[in-house]
Amino acid sequence: MVGGWCEVEVSEELTAANDLQRRNANMLVAVECILARHGYRRSELIAMLQEIQEAYHYLPEEALNYLATALGISPATVFGVATFYAQFSLDPKGKYLVRVCDGTACHVKNSQRIYDRLAKKLKLREGRVTSADGLFTLETVACLGACGIAPVMVINDTVYPQMTPEAAEAIIDALLQRETKAQAESASVGERNG
Amino acid sequence: MIATELELKQAQDEYASCLERERIRILVCAGTGCIANGAMRIYEELTRLAAETGDLVDIDLLMEEEAREGHAVVKTGCRGFCAAGPLVHVEPAGVLYTHVKAEDAAEILQATLQGQVVERLVYRDPATGQPYPQPEQAPFYRRQKRQVLEHCGSIDPERIEEYIALGGYQALAKALREMTPEQVCQEVMASGLRGRGGAGFPTGKKWEFARLQPGDTKYVVCNGDEGDPGAFMNRSLMEGDPHRVLEGMIIAGYAIGASEGVFYVRAEYPLAVRRIRIAIAQAEEKGLLGDNILGSGFSFRASIKEGAGAFVCGEETALLASAEGERGMPRPKPPFPAVSGLYGRPTVINNVETLGNVPAIIRNGAQWFRNLGTEKSAGTKTFALTGKVRNTGLVEVPMGCTLREMVFDIGGGIPGDKRFKAVQIGGPSGGCLPEEMLDLPLDYDSLQAKGAMVGSGGLVVIDEDNCIVEVARFFMQFIQNESCGKCVACREGTKQMLALLQKIVDGKATMEDLDLLEEVATVVRDASLCGLGKTAANPVLSTLRYFREEYLAHVQGRTCPAGVCAAFRHYAIDPEKCKGCGRCARACPAGAITGELKKPYVIDQTKCAHCGACVDTCRFGAVEER
Repeated sequence: MVGGWCEVEVSEELTAANDLQRRNANMLVAVECILARHGYRRSELIAMLQEIQEAYHYLPEEALNYLATALGISPATVFGVATFYAQFSLDPKGKYLVRVCDGTACHVKNSQRIYDRLAKKLKLREGRVTSADGLFTLETVACLGACGIAPVMVINDTVYPQMTPEAAEAIIDALLQRETKAQAESASVGERNG
Repeated sequence: MIATELELKQAQDEYASCLERERIRILVCAGTGCIANGAMRIYEELTRLAAETGDLVDIDLLMEEEAREGHAVVKTGCRGFCAAGPLVHVEPAGVLYTHVKAEDAAEILQATLQGQVVERLVYRDPATGQPYPQPEQAPFYRRQKRQVLEHCGSIDPERIEEYIALGGYQALAKALREMTPEQVCQEVMASGLRGRGGAGFPTGKKWEFARLQPGDTKYVVCNGDEGDPGAFMNRSLMEGDPHRVLEGMIIAGYAIGASEGVFYVRAEYPLAVRRIRIAIAQAEEKGLLGDNILGSGFSFRASIKEGAGAFVCGEETALLASAEGERGMPRPKPPFPAVSGLYGRPTVINNVETLGNVPAIIRNGAQWFRNLGTEKSAGTKTFALTGKVRNTGLVEVPMGCTLREMVFDIGGGIPGDKRFKAVQIGGPSGGCLPEEMLDLPLDYDSLQAKGAMVGSGGLVVIDEDNCIVEVARFFMQFIQNESCGKCVACREGTKQMLALLQKIVDGKATMEDLDLLEEVATVVRDASLCGLGKTAANPVLSTLRYFREEYLAHVQGRTCPAGVCAAFRHYAIDPEKCKGCGRCARACPAGAITGELKKPYVIDQTKCAHCGACVDTCRFGAVEER
């Protein structure tokens, strides 16, 4: 049955809308799988949200609405849970999630300066947390429990110990360089193929 | 499959004989801290090199081939010495290497095989520089009593065989064979074990209360939501010796008549989640979890729930709400969780370290445990010693050890010969204790009397370079973020306290503000429902009590004695050094710097926002900070 709605013929102008619809349909299939894996149990809501966020790096609104309907609870309840916990985000996040630890041990070792430097580096203004190119999201985190090697920065799952503003900036630079290189390569591949 | 107690004994003998045939054991610390410093590369390199010698063995191989001997390279949990990581420990020589790099692997292996020591990598006391090839002699370890952490750093936490070889699950066998559930509760009560999560409620009493509740369905919940910033004891224990915690949980289940256990672990601790998950799977495979454990007729299962980042979920009723998939908000007690907990059933909630203490109590008896620690606070306690101290890391001492021993003997004092200012204990619910309190014994009651608390055991040392008001503001910011919003007093009060503290560090506060701060703090303490709100004011009240003069310096003296608070900093341009390039004027967000090119620039003090941007941009060091 899955994918059946995609077989409808559409005109050119509708392709973009259709793509979006198809993407949403795929997402709902994924959500359905997650629901099934957890036996449609209300008590597993947080675990399901974690899996959705794992897959999409944020919680898409359609997914939450679907989840609510499937569990027989109101969307408000699902949004209430999703907004309560720091781990969840309703906005798309960057490819690299940069978290500067601001736990006590990191704080007394000047973690704020690391954050400030990176915010400046990524040109984040007026409460924005994701860089304009969508590559980096900068956050602080209360404590990662790696206080013995404070101050700490985590990018996706990699922990960087004993940071300084300079070292943190160098790491971001290295990632930026890698991205530019990857882009240049894919562009040249595109040219060859085109 | 281990179906009876006899089989457990046989398994222990078999695994122990395997470990004896490891002539050399090279232990690589694979806690979060050491992994961040590159421990996995060292492990891979050591394994590769050891394999080349043809003598590399692991427990699987030793079980298959009974005559086989060789060298093992093992990943372990945290040895507690994160600051000097990555750590490599060589047994049986007992040598500890610090700051090891992957390139050192060959040298370490070669020296070890020849019975020698790599002098340049040997652990040195950071305070004196003296080398200690045998770390047990070093001040950091000498005063510790590693009881709960005894296996952390010496066994592979992902191998149940190693835990069983060292007597693991024998306490469970003993409880199931010799003791009734009531006797288990009595034994734990007699031991004087108190909750290690902070409040210090007697564990045995909690169990007995839950045991007496009617009903077939009961739960044991392990609280691994270690949310205090600056604490990582529970993470280390779950990462380093997960089976100990699991065994404690199964015994708790037997004692109260529960058939299900839930580990609630913070999502910020992915490695701990992974290792607990492995431990549960292995225990199931061996038959130590599941139906009819060791032929006793007692059945128990365990599962994991990951938290999603909310400090308040460390509070037990909030944790239960979260485990049921709700917003993690606390509810009034009674009913206590022991009466109506998870899904409305009788539930015991114990901290990771509390459960970690249980197997040894059952094995060695209540009196043995009582002999450790003080009269009212029996046993040992793990602490996370961090901040401005030479030896940061994971520490375990008998209860009653003084703060002075902790900071200056074990911690090796303050780096850079700075002056000690305070120790922040117990996280955002705890307090800051000044120098005069250094001889205070670390136990539940002594700390409570001084307006602090053991909390889960975070100890952050603060030196003269830290501003105590700023530290209080930092904690209030944290608490204000984490307040769940249920009680008005906590939701609004923390916001107001934060605003007042911000006013103080911004240099805009008056003496009335200070009085108001104290008043609001008292109201929040008295009118909040849960532990978070009740203790939210502790960092403010304790710093006001012990460091009032520093507050007064900000309010009346218009100065920050530690030189931290930006509002009290003054910047001036030295006309001798200024080349008139104009970089600082362009960088200044307040437009406070003016001048002509190639002539000295001037800062307008009335416009200056004290941000320091000019200092950072000047290439000639012409901007002076006072």
